[in-house]
Amino acid sequence: MEEKIKAKIMDDKKMKRALQRLAIEILEHNREAEKLALIGIQTRGVHIARRIQGLVKELEGVDIPLGILDITMFRDDLHMHEHQPAVKKTRIDFPIEDRDIVLIDDVVFTGRTIRAAMDSIFELGRPATLQLAAFIDRGHRELPICPDFKGKYLPTSRRERVKVMLQEIDGKDQVLIMEPKGF
Amino acid sequence: MKERTFRQDHLLGIEHLSVDDIETILETAEAFIEVSSRDVKKVPALKGKTVVNLFFENSTRTRSSFEIAAKRLSADLINFNSSVSSLKKGETLKDTVLTLEAMNPHIIVIRHSASGSPHYLTTFARSSIVNAGDGFHEHPTQALLDALTIQQRLKTLRGLKIAIVGDILHSRVARSNIILHQKLGNEIALIGPPSLVPVEFEKLGATVCYDMRGGVKNADVVMMLRVQAERGASNYFPSIREYRNRFAISRELFALASKRAILMHPGPINRDVEIETSMADSEQSVILQQVTNGIAVRMAVLYLLKGEVHETLN
Repeated sequence: MEEKIKAKIMDDKKMKRALQRLAIEILEHNREAEKLALIGIQTRGVHIARRIQGLVKELEGVDIPLGILDITMFRDDLHMHEHQPAVKKTRIDFPIEDRDIVLIDDVVFTGRTIRAAMDSIFELGRPATLQLAAFIDRGHRELPICPDFKGKYLPTSRRERVKVMLQEIDGKDQVLIMEPKGF
Repeated sequence: MKERTFRQDHLLGIEHLSVDDIETILETAEAFIEVSSRDVKKVPALKGKTVVNLFFENSTRTRSSFEIAAKRLSADLINFNSSVSSLKKGETLKDTVLTLEAMNPHIIVIRHSASGSPHYLTTFARSSIVNAGDGFHEHPTQALLDALTIQQRLKTLRGLKIAIVGDILHSRVARSNIILHQKLGNEIALIGPPSLVPVEFEKLGATVCYDMRGGVKNADVVMMLRVQAERGASNYFPSIREYRNRFAISRELFALASKRAILMHPGPINRDVEIETSMADSEQSVILQQVTNGIAVRMAVLYLLKGEVHETLN
């Protein structure tokens, strides 16, 4: 489906501010920083997690561990695809038992990715707490899931798509709302 | 990052795969290596799917490797043992497979001594067919796990010299590896006695060589093949001792290979026939890593061929 830009929601400055606020909120909420760990969901969630990790280091001087999670194998729609989606790497090098884990993704939408991520994490162990940080919350949840931290709440219509662009992948920091051509 | 999709219904041989398909399988396999390192080595990707292991030839490692792979993906697995089956009572291969298919499996993994038997199954079967070795033809998952091992150790799959030593004539492992490295553009040297390395193999784009020193020189990968006594390989050379003297890999010969070279063997190894014991257990030997990677590669193949029921050819 071809799509066009409907609106530019954030530029690099706004994104930077929102990320800083996310980092501060995560720290405020988790007093024992040494118990804290971040897990980014492939692909953009990983880069956002990495930035938050850097910001926490700047703010408090602590290194919090960062894991990478691919949720493909836990998706609930695997049987619906004509071809299997590619599996990306999962790498969580620290024990998650008794840690405060913050799951990080770029956009939370139906909540199904987060459900898959939760299942995947519980296969690896039993964290003390599991929290969710989403850079953009675009509504339309189909599951009882709500982010603990969000960069921005962005009401959208279902036919639109929220595109979080990141320097690391797209060469540019910005958030766009896309809509199908012809609307 | 490039999004990949795998569009094959079956895995019959390396011959049918594009370079993109090969890379997709290897990337997926790398993701599955992590699953095998967990405490709980299981993911739900193939929950509710049934895999049938249909082995008409003896095999322990390939069969159990497919079995572990299927189980780590949460598939249900049936091992079909041809020696105690109705084949002994005169049932044909086609009837055996049709009977199994009446139980609605998703994927059938077959090993058979007749070259082309997996291809034959695709003409009437509704499941995805995986070739686990057919006669002297192909053994695609072995070539893929070899490629994964090479990539891990040498950090690349391009610009390499691959030396394959031994009974090329009867080896499906060699054939699959030759086709794979041909597709990737690597240089291939085939080494062994003329009776087991027919010059016709040059048509596949390989160099044929009857002398170990020349063949192994500067190789990045030295792949030893087993002397397959059960296939009558020993009729092709005067004695095991002579074979060993001319074609076994020793430390001295391996020293001629490139500095980073690795030593591979699909197993089971015949110590002190094709491979000196000290070489088999050396730092450069990746034989056990090949076995471990076999599980990840087979998980990737079973996952990518999810085994939806297809239209048959006729």
